[in-house]
Amino acid sequence: MIENRPGLNLLAHLTLMLGVAVVALPVWVAFVASTHTATDFMSGTIPLWPGPHLIENYSQMLGAGVSTSGTPPVGTMMWNSLVMALLIACGKIAISITSAFAIVYFRFPLRQLAFWCIFITMMLPVEVRIVPTFQVVADLGLLNSYAGLSIPLIASATATFLFRQVFLTIPDELTEAARIDGAGPMKFFRDILLPLSRTNIAALFVILFIYGWNQYLWPLLITTSSDYYTIVAGIKRMADAVDGLPQWHLVMATAMLAMLPPVAVVIGMQRLFVKGLVETEK
Amino acid sequence: MASIILDKVGKVYAGGTRAVGDVSIDIADGEFVVLVGPSGCGKSTLLRMVAGLESISEGTVRIGDRVVNDIEPADRDIAMVFQNYALYPHMSVRQNLAYGLKNRRTPKAEIDKRVAQAAEILQIGPYLDRKPRALSGGQRQRVAMGRAIVREPAAFLFDEPLSNLDAKLRVTMRLEIKELQRRLRTTSIYVTHDQLEAMTLADRLVVLNAGRIEQIGTPLEVYRKPASTFVASFIGSPAMNLISRRAVPHLPGTDHAGTIGIRPEDLTVAPDGPLEMEVLAVEELGAQRLVHGQTGGERLTVTMPSGEALPEYLRLAYRPGSLHLFDGKGLRIA
Repeated sequence: MIENRPGLNLLAHLTLMLGVAVVALPVWVAFVASTHTATDFMSGTIPLWPGPHLIENYSQMLGAGVSTSGTPPVGTMMWNSLVMALLIACGKIAISITSAFAIVYFRFPLRQLAFWCIFITMMLPVEVRIVPTFQVVADLGLLNSYAGLSIPLIASATATFLFRQVFLTIPDELTEAARIDGAGPMKFFRDILLPLSRTNIAALFVILFIYGWNQYLWPLLITTSSDYYTIVAGIKRMADAVDGLPQWHLVMATAMLAMLPPVAVVIGMQRLFVKGLVETEK
Repeated sequence: MASIILDKVGKVYAGGTRAVGDVSIDIADGEFVVLVGPSGCGKSTLLRMVAGLESISEGTVRIGDRVVNDIEPADRDIAMVFQNYALYPHMSVRQNLAYGLKNRRTPKAEIDKRVAQAAEILQIGPYLDRKPRALSGGQRQRVAMGRAIVREPAAFLFDEPLSNLDAKLRVTMRLEIKELQRRLRTTSIYVTHDQLEAMTLADRLVVLNAGRIEQIGTPLEVYRKPASTFVASFIGSPAMNLISRRAVPHLPGTDHAGTIGIRPEDLTVAPDGPLEMEVLAVEELGAQRLVHGQTGGERLTVTMPSGEALPEYLRLAYRPGSLHLFDGKGLRIA
């Protein structure tokens, strides 16, 4: 905006603050809940200021977990989630960047068909193919394993498409110069394409890490051993207290902890992320 | 160092379109040959076939004593300079220069030596550790040439390397390329659509039109004796006047010509000259001016020294022996 009117500025700030409040209030309530005892929260009025039990609640979650709901300590679940999210993010990037490389830079028979087949899989997310996918994973004996958690989610048409677009913006002359410079296909991929897609890889990593971390339905289905519970699915199990009140203070503490890694990833990679989404110059 | 021999080279695309046909050129060791022609005449395709970036559908290309038709670009012992520089944007200038050598497993000390040498020749020493994006157009062009030099190839291939530069820089860089080639004595093929660039750089010119060679010769040969009306109109600025003989039937010695060509600089104002021109427009260039007009319904341009205002009609004479005569198909008779 070129105009600089105090009234408009105020309005803009108010709108933004309202937006922040809408997003942040539930998070704040969750944080407040995680600093009280279970009874405080059940007493009828929801406290809006942090209570004195912060360290106690969090150390219980990190150390012992909630034995009544059958979930392991938060640490284990966080670790499972982290492994799954990293496997999914890295796997998706690795697979889609190589398939985009094949589609853009190699002339093979049925190349267009291959591209469209990949593209069509966008219409088949896990939720649509969940029963057959479960069957396959079960038959392969991958229930309750990191492989079973991540592999079915790795194939990604969106990421392939994104990398294809990135590669298409790289001028042909660069490819030709590399050819004359004696770089074979794999060398070209490693020395030129990978560094040039660095920011895009980072942006995609952020999105895919959060996608993987937030997976709920799939882990819930294929993990029956508590050793492989992920944190998002675990929170759900903790809230499902059968023979008593859900221990909301602990559930909320877990939720707060579950939020940290994605936030860390976003903050840590913010600069690359923005660059990857807006940068056009190659 | 090597000669390059093109023998009946042709290019037919998959759809059956013919881009280049029947091109034969012998390029001697150390020679600077410029391929020139309007856009779409196949000059870049031809160069890319020599480079190996485009497959050769007909004929053979030899570099040195090898037929290179089926040899990968990297193994043809050539280096290419591209129009948009094609520098690797994520590598420093030094890495850009060294990349080709590294891929060839040249020893580290040798790479450093050659990079330092090239940097000195091209005066890009101070920028060696910068990224290409931090360089100006002229500097980038130098780096692109440096990348070719460090390889010490048998031949340089230039694909319109100056067209992305502004007019002033183009003139300086043109001179630098010429001096560089003189110094290194490396066989070079240079593609351009700019006839001035072609004239000034070339040891020999190859004028191409619609995928075929119109004429091969030294710049002066091509300028003085253009083989066809196409070459006549393409080489030289302002372009040669091409007049149908019907418009000037009274000129002596032109009986068999279909078209008569006269360079604008060969025409002078003379009260008893054989041509009469109606003046239509004057372009002042400072030292001289271009006078555009018509005679017998044909456009005519004359270069003359700047001076006072011109009358509406001028009588013109031409320098004896300066007429170019072409037959009905546009081929040179005399």
